[in-house]
Amino acid sequence: MTTESAPAPPGSLAWQRRRTSAARFWRQYRSHRAGLYGLAALVLIAATALAAPLLVGGDVQDVTGAPGRPLESPSSRFPLGTDQYGRPLLGLLLHGARISLAVGLMAAVLSVAIGTLVGILAGHFGGWFSTVVMRVTDWFLVMPALVLAIVLATVLSQSVWTVVLAIGVTSWPTTARLVRAQTLAVESRPYIERAQALGGGHAHIMARHVLPNVMPLVLAQTTLLISAAILTEATLAFLGLGDPNVVSWGGMLQEARETGAVSSGHWWYLAPPGLAIAVVALAFTLCGRAVESVLNPKLGTSR
Amino acid sequence: MTAASSPAVVREPDGGPVKPGPSRGVLARAAAGPRTAYLLYVAGKLGGAAVSILAVLVTSFFLFRIIPGDPVKAMTRNRAVSPEQLALLHRQFGLDAPVWQQFTDYCGKALTGDLGISYQFHAPVGELIAERFPATLLLTGVAVVLYSALGLWLGTRSAWRHGQLGDRLNTGVALTLWSVPSFWLGLLLIIVFSVGIGPIPGLFPTGGMESGSATGFAHVLDVAHHMVLPVLTLVAVGYAQTLLVMRSSLLDEMGSDYLTTARAKGLRDALVRRRHAVPNALLPTVTMVFINLGHVAAGSILVESVFSWPGLGGLFYQAIPVPDLPLIQGLFVVFAGAMILMNLLADLLYPLLDPRVGR
Repeated sequence: MTTESAPAPPGSLAWQRRRTSAARFWRQYRSHRAGLYGLAALVLIAATALAAPLLVGGDVQDVTGAPGRPLESPSSRFPLGTDQYGRPLLGLLLHGARISLAVGLMAAVLSVAIGTLVGILAGHFGGWFSTVVMRVTDWFLVMPALVLAIVLATVLSQSVWTVVLAIGVTSWPTTARLVRAQTLAVESRPYIERAQALGGGHAHIMARHVLPNVMPLVLAQTTLLISAAILTEATLAFLGLGDPNVVSWGGMLQEARETGAVSSGHWWYLAPPGLAIAVVALAFTLCGRAVESVLNPKLGTSR
Repeated sequence: MTAASSPAVVREPDGGPVKPGPSRGVLARAAAGPRTAYLLYVAGKLGGAAVSILAVLVTSFFLFRIIPGDPVKAMTRNRAVSPEQLALLHRQFGLDAPVWQQFTDYCGKALTGDLGISYQFHAPVGELIAERFPATLLLTGVAVVLYSALGLWLGTRSAWRHGQLGDRLNTGVALTLWSVPSFWLGLLLIIVFSVGIGPIPGLFPTGGMESGSATGFAHVLDVAHHMVLPVLTLVAVGYAQTLLVMRSSLLDEMGSDYLTTARAKGLRDALVRRRHAVPNALLPTVTMVFINLGHVAAGSILVESVFSWPGLGGLFYQAIPVPDLPLIQGLFVVFAGAMILMNLLADLLYPLLDPRVGR
């Protein structure tokens, strides 16, 4: 929003404007109570995830040196009980936050990056190129994304990156549509014509004028996509398509189910990972909605 | 998939692939008269759906034949096979023919319902799918009807009294349930209501679709008894989307002049809402319901697997660990086809509901 094509004092003025708009954004964001709760929850969870090795020790995933007996009930020593190898479930839960957050973030960033690129290109170039690209997008939109992600995770090798890729390449079309619409709106403004008259090429206009203007939209979209990505990650892990060497919340649920936690009523094995997924997904959704309504006040009143 | 993406889908009622939407050629159609215009619109949408189906076939073919390398190798993984057997299998599956010939064979067969033979069930994929389809239709049909109705009702109430405690509570609960993984909710419901926890006895069966050889009305009751928990899970996780779309589209109508007029005529508040505001706000939600109908076949994979429901989702779940590629491929085509069909229906219905579209 603050991009100046004139090379004049590079920095100070632009930075001042950026600071003011960031302060304005924060002032408005603060008025959304749900958004604040979401943000607080996220900060707390992210801090826990980062500090997990310090809190529970780095060897919690180690199957051989497990401290407890298999499938213990909650006790003062193991607040959430133990899993089938005798590992403390609380430690696994805290460790699982790392992988769930990481995969959710990376998949959302990948998806939004693809969507933004496709959207800006389609909006900027128009013509038959745009028609073809948008038909492809529409077609991806019609595809059942979860099925496509499952198929990709099935046919590719089992790793964290496969999961990121499977989620990323199946969830970008919505972003592409939104970004294209925004690009068209931005490019109809006179200052784009001015930039062209001054000799700005395609790359310059897309990178320096269109991109900064679609960034707010992209930011809101990313936040909302993360919660969907975390849910999909958990789903894929629950289906046994995640990385078998990494502890994740979805994977914990799968193991709980396979060790018969359901039929023997071991709710303490099942409840915490799912609850954690729900809390993180909800927190991202609340933040995303708050960001969205700050950046798009018309939408804010209507949602 | 998210609450955020849903309005974007709805904003494009003509999201049908391939053919240009109604915005183009509106003048030409207006000149041709409403009926011809609608027929042209239908033809466009049908053409688009046909191209989409073809695209699904192309994807399914290349996804499964190019990416995993050699399907026969994938099939015989972890087993000792001699080169002669491999060659025989290649011939059986028609894999020794050139790729383009395999592709035309595949498309021709798929269009006549022949989707190949399942590796693990040793039965035609088409038959397996036809066998399991009614169970999925029953489960997801009931769930979609229920959660659409619930979402519409709560969304209307929420929007009509927006900003008040009831609205905040409604939206909050819906968003929370929306964030819950469906398979986890299903497992918890099984623990609480089927296995029983503490003093609560097991009220519902843990899974399956029927428990005895009951006939007639007793059979209907038995199936309904088995359906309670899976339907509850699907409804709880799914109604938020309808609620949010209905709420936001009704809020868009709230400031409209025609509502002021209706009130000025002296209509009661409930009548203004029911006769004037809701019908106008219903349009995006109708599209939403159809898109949901298209989604559910695929979306019920987890719920069906958790509750051992003998439907398509459960079949898909069984096919994943093998991996039973012909079955996964066939189900992929069916799931995507259901989606395309429902989008087509929504597109065809839309101009009938809203005269501004497509004429």
